[in-house]
Amino acid sequence: MQAGPQQDHTLASLSRVTHRYGPVVALDGLDLEVRRGEVLGVLGPNGAGKTTAISLLLGSLGVQEGAASVFGCAPGAPEVRVRRGAMLQISGISANLTVREHIELFRAYYPAPLPAARLLAMAGLEDLAQRRYGKLSGGQKQRVMFALALAGDPELLFLDEPTTGLDVDARHRLWSEIRGLRESGRTTVLTTHNLDEADALADRVVVIHNGRRIAEGTPAEIKSRTAGRLVRCVTRIRPDEVAGLPGVVEARTRGRHLETLTTQPEDLVRELLARDEALADLTVVAAGLEDAFLALTRDTK
Amino acid sequence: MTLGRRFRIYLLEARFQIVEALREPMFAIPTLTFPLIFYLFFSVIMGTRGVSLTVPTYALATYGVFGVLGPAIFGFGAGLANERDTGVLLLKQTTPMPAGAYLFAKVMAALIFGAVVVAALFLMAAHMAGVALHRWQWFALAGVLLAGVIPFCALGLAIGVWAKGRSAVAVVNLVFLPMAMLSGLWLPIFMFPDVMQDIALALPAYHHAQLALKVIAMDAGQPVQVHFAVLMAETLVFLALATLGFRRADSFSMRRSR
Repeated sequence: MQAGPQQDHTLASLSRVTHRYGPVVALDGLDLEVRRGEVLGVLGPNGAGKTTAISLLLGSLGVQEGAASVFGCAPGAPEVRVRRGAMLQISGISANLTVREHIELFRAYYPAPLPAARLLAMAGLEDLAQRRYGKLSGGQKQRVMFALALAGDPELLFLDEPTTGLDVDARHRLWSEIRGLRESGRTTVLTTHNLDEADALADRVVVIHNGRRIAEGTPAEIKSRTAGRLVRCVTRIRPDEVAGLPGVVEARTRGRHLETLTTQPEDLVRELLARDEALADLTVVAAGLEDAFLALTRDTK
Repeated sequence: MTLGRRFRIYLLEARFQIVEALREPMFAIPTLTFPLIFYLFFSVIMGTRGVSLTVPTYALATYGVFGVLGPAIFGFGAGLANERDTGVLLLKQTTPMPAGAYLFAKVMAALIFGAVVVAALFLMAAHMAGVALHRWQWFALAGVLLAGVIPFCALGLAIGVWAKGRSAVAVVNLVFLPMAMLSGLWLPIFMFPDVMQDIALALPAYHHAQLALKVIAMDAGQPVQVHFAVLMAETLVFLALATLGFRRADSFSMRRSR
């Protein structure tokens, strides 16, 4: 990547975007920048506002507050549409058309489409070209959507939760196809609620929570910040007694258990055992994504 | 976008819309065969065979309307509602596909299906029932029948925009079947009590059927202008309702899929 003014690098951006659905605030002053040639992972739990952010960048939602721009134009502009492709979270396209027919139709929308044979190969659909969409498995359907997103030979691709509902094999297959895009010089925006997926694919990750950007960095940086452990045990120690200990992000009671989210599990366990000889049923597990996000939200307060 | 490419998108979109409909038995079989079976049964077999051609001639016009109404109202009503529900429409809206191509394809599919039904009815009428019309009447009748695609597609569009996904088929049936009956498409309107004839005056299929019957001089006698005016006014109302629905639906569909 050449050095230059920031504008040369930025293909798409949201700046200070706030979006409401009635009383619900989906995005709350969100800033997002997509740089040329990168795979940007937009990570967040369900309902964080990821799809709303993508919809604004696609122009399928109008901007209420703030600004959205793609290739320096309005996101829905005709000159933008021919240069980007999208894979959305939709339940399906016509079941009665074959894979080849769907591809032929989408290719026709663009001035310089990729050859049909190339699209079939990129999505691993060579043997399924004559099959009707309705007869495909879930993973095969997602690959058709992937091929349709690529039909116009786009510079910029939006993949909204592309592997949701896929089994491990199908997911890994799509991952390797998405990696191929990066090598061909395309820019990809990928939303996911799966930390592993962002880790496997993204050059840079933006974490969204409650419509705000709470963290940004390489996957390694994000992971180090979310490397919390959840310590569970049955004890008479109350949450407020451990809340002040070093590394503790949050402590709460769930059922009979005390649950403590911490970045220093060894210290915490030592302390707990010292304070309560009757302590039982002790487990230490990696924090789930929800807890990881909680840790991040705490950090940014 | 160049004109050539735009033209190609319109054609392909229409071609695949028709292919898709032909491959959907739940759509293709009822829309293509029901009007023919009804005509065969009520007019050719039960008609006054040979004695008088009144029944098969009259029914040719009204079952023709029925045949054009079906694909238009189902293709648009149920088809559009379904494509909004599944997200196909959302996906296509992110591509450079012109919105006109989508609507054009649906109208063309309704027109082609309608034309097939009308052609088959004409063949049955001429060869099995012995219906004899002047050459101009055959052409005029075909023209009037197929022009019905316009108001009926507009009606389907309004339903497709306002009805939610899977319920759209039920809504279309609730409009389609009573309207066909009350407009006198199955049984001649003059056999109905006065109250029902008054209801018919509000229905687009009634006015369309009267225009078709006028070609063969079997209509109820109201002026052509009245039928035209009502059909045009109702078409505009349907289009306005559809536009309103589209605006409203945008904010709602997004709220669901956040």
